[in-house]
Amino acid sequence: MTIKNRAFIVGAYEHPTRHAPDKSLVQLHAEVAIGAIADAGLNKSDIDAYYFAGDASGLSTMSMVDYLNLKVRHVDSTETGGTSYLIHVAHAAQAIAAGKCNAALITLAGRPRSEGSSGAVPRVLGDASPEAQWEAPFSATTVNLYALCAQRHMHEFGTTAEQLAWIKVAASHHAQHNPNAMLKNVVTVDEVLASPMIASPLHRLECCVVSDGGGALIVARPEIANALKRPKVAVLGAGEAIKGQNGGEIDLMTSGAAVAGPAAFAEAGVKPSDIKYASIYDSFTITVLMQLEDLGFCKKGEGGKFVADGNLISGVGKLPFNTDGGGLCSNHPSNRGGMTKVIEAVRQLRGEAHPALQVKNCDLALAQGTGGRLGSRHGSATLIMERQ
Amino acid sequence: MSKIPSPAVTTETAQFWAKANEGQLSVPQCKSCGKFHWYPRANCPFCTSDQVELKPASGKGTIYSYSVARRGKDSYVIAYVTLDEGVTMMTNIVNADGANLAIGQPVRVAMVASEDGQRVPMFEPG
Repeated sequence: MTIKNRAFIVGAYEHPTRHAPDKSLVQLHAEVAIGAIADAGLNKSDIDAYYFAGDASGLSTMSMVDYLNLKVRHVDSTETGGTSYLIHVAHAAQAIAAGKCNAALITLAGRPRSEGSSGAVPRVLGDASPEAQWEAPFSATTVNLYALCAQRHMHEFGTTAEQLAWIKVAASHHAQHNPNAMLKNVVTVDEVLASPMIASPLHRLECCVVSDGGGALIVARPEIANALKRPKVAVLGAGEAIKGQNGGEIDLMTSGAAVAGPAAFAEAGVKPSDIKYASIYDSFTITVLMQLEDLGFCKKGEGGKFVADGNLISGVGKLPFNTDGGGLCSNHPSNRGGMTKVIEAVRQLRGEAHPALQVKNCDLALAQGTGGRLGSRHGSATLIMERQ
Repeated sequence: MSKIPSPAVTTETAQFWAKANEGQLSVPQCKSCGKFHWYPRANCPFCTSDQVELKPASGKGTIYSYSVARRGKDSYVIAYVTLDEGVTMMTNIVNADGANLAIGQPVRVAMVASEDGQRVPMFEPG
């Protein structure tokens, strides 16, 4: 069974806030849910499925469904960090194709900025987590686990700090047009490299922002999409993968996108050169570079050359990416960037991106996520969408 | 260097950590398929056999990748080290200037006491 053309993204909403000390976590979930339902032109009673990733401890799918007072016949709480929401879109499309639901609501929200979260501090793993005792003594953090990939990539392929910095430069060119972005200033390669080293070789400006906020999506069956007044965004193909340490036979140079990407392209029946716009998960610069290689936008090892000289800037380069400014400049609500990756791809396909950054004739887009830690274990998901 | 977080030892891994306190780094090897694995666990992650035994490691390896990171005012080096036995493990590089490290550099194990006294396997140039 394929999901190709069996489901459509009919609603998308991004919370404008980047700092919400005066709102509760579930309140943010409710606000983005209401926003996405309104964007679709549906009513809450039309929603019969709910997808949620456990954005904060203590929240469960049951308490969320009850808080939102939804009447659902299908739920999915797949948790793969920041990439969960791309997987939710794919799973919702599968459920719709199987006749299990008509319209699925997916929500993400978080307040890491208000709560003082940092990716440079070791995250406390529960003692039952099998890897905790093998990693906690060494102060593994989000940023230093991505840095291990960047250091190795430089060693194996000659990737330079300047090339990695270009990813941030491109994101900043886009963020200047986003009034909600946390970092709206255009930066140069030199400015990126002059920012403090957080975990070598990654500088501060190569790390995503810490922001509050959230977003929501509605995925619905074709009959519903046809009856609505919004531009139609079809789900063409999807892939997902989990990559870890493989029993100690570690390879940091390939991400899960090498599995998820080809699966999505095969289901969609398209190839990387067909893609007009790409949302690429940008927790750190190295995340973008490795995913671009693994998706086949360039050969393995040539990502540095591919991203340099503005190749990711809309209207300038060959592959416009993250035209909202992405996690590097705009937001990273709940320390999870997958939701906003899908939302900006939907904007591009609908022709609703910022006029300065709207890709012409944008009829085919990709969203790619990497959740967890690229250097230890991560979830990966690819979503290919078409305007119809 | 500030305090090193202690590992949460479980019944599944107690033997490994007891040997570490004796100064011995061990690596689990499957008696069924013959492969070493990391991190230690009761069932072989490759063939699923429960015939896994801890073998004394040479304690020698090379740096697969590393990063000089900050912990408050201190800096520390997180790394993956590929042991001579073939597996790659997460660790810290100690007794070294981060600026002089390189991927491929030979290192040897140095057991370092963590916060509660449990010794953990770190590595130093050598």
